[in-house]
Amino acid sequence: MAFTDEQLERYSRHIILKEIGVKGQKKLNNGKVLIIGAGGLGAPAAMYLAAAGVGTIGIVDADAVDLSNLQRQIIHTTNDIGKLKVESAKETMNAINPDITVNTYHEFVTSENINDLIKDYDFIIDGTDNFPAKFLINDACVMAGKPFSHAGIIRFKGQLMTVVPGEGPCYRCVFKNPPPKDAVPTCKQAGVIGAMGGVIGSLQAMEAVKYITGVGELLVGYLLTYDALSMEFHKIKLPPRGKGCAVCSDTPSITELIDYEQAACEWHPGDKNA
Amino acid sequence: MKLTVAGNKKEYEEGLTISKLIELEKVETPEYVTVSVNEEFANRDDFDSTVLKDGDEIEFLYFMGGGSR
Repeated sequence: MAFTDEQLERYSRHIILKEIGVKGQKKLNNGKVLIIGAGGLGAPAAMYLAAAGVGTIGIVDADAVDLSNLQRQIIHTTNDIGKLKVESAKETMNAINPDITVNTYHEFVTSENINDLIKDYDFIIDGTDNFPAKFLINDACVMAGKPFSHAGIIRFKGQLMTVVPGEGPCYRCVFKNPPPKDAVPTCKQAGVIGAMGGVIGSLQAMEAVKYITGVGELLVGYLLTYDALSMEFHKIKLPPRGKGCAVCSDTPSITELIDYEQAACEWHPGDKNA
Repeated sequence: MKLTVAGNKKEYEEGLTISKLIELEKVETPEYVTVSVNEEFANRDDFDSTVLKDGDEIEFLYFMGGGSR
């Protein structure tokens, strides 16, 4: 399908890039990205991917917009307080770009629904705020062979890694098991600088765009950390995939999805895989 | 001896173990940090016994939640 004049103008700054061009823009328009969490990370990621013309974007979130979200979750406005985050996000995304289809899923990810959620998408963005969800997303994506971007933010720090199952290490290769509940502070407890979501969420959107268009090198096999106070990015090279990993090694010990809420409380730092 | 810790080259005393380095560098939530030495993950059970040597490159990888709420 040829671009309309309006599309040519809308995407002209992409099309003029020799790495993207008409071909790359068409890939974006045919691309499907699922964003889990419409918060600090998901907000900028969703807005940039909508603006980029990613044709189908799914948003998963069970929450409603709260006043305390607005310091960083720039996809929602003061008028959206009380509205479902997925609805508020969809409105903003379609206001930016009416060309795209936004699918909303008003739910938390669980072992029951995650496979259905991710199956129709090319790339997944983890913008969740808790470790049970992050491990669930990792395991489900590894098992289904879906590439995804993991990220976390707290205080003045952020980090991300891209997982392409079979090509590089996964989140569980690095972090093994979720920490016990409340052992590691959350943004709610420790705070986070608003623009951090913008920096790291935009980098996640960048990885999705690169994956879909096939341009450049993905952040596979690395953890990229960002410290806003020292204004330093640091790219940590990770060991190769699967060496003893419980989920992505050739002989995995985890073959079914786990809902960690309960297990997290029973976890002890002395455990073998700690 | 010289170690590269989180990308910064510094002088450390000989005989330093991973556990001692974690203490020295005031690593946050040390019970949950992942440590890599020369691009290999160190086993937590070996933190006390692994003696670092000149030229080693050490990284600390931290759990980081956050993002949504």
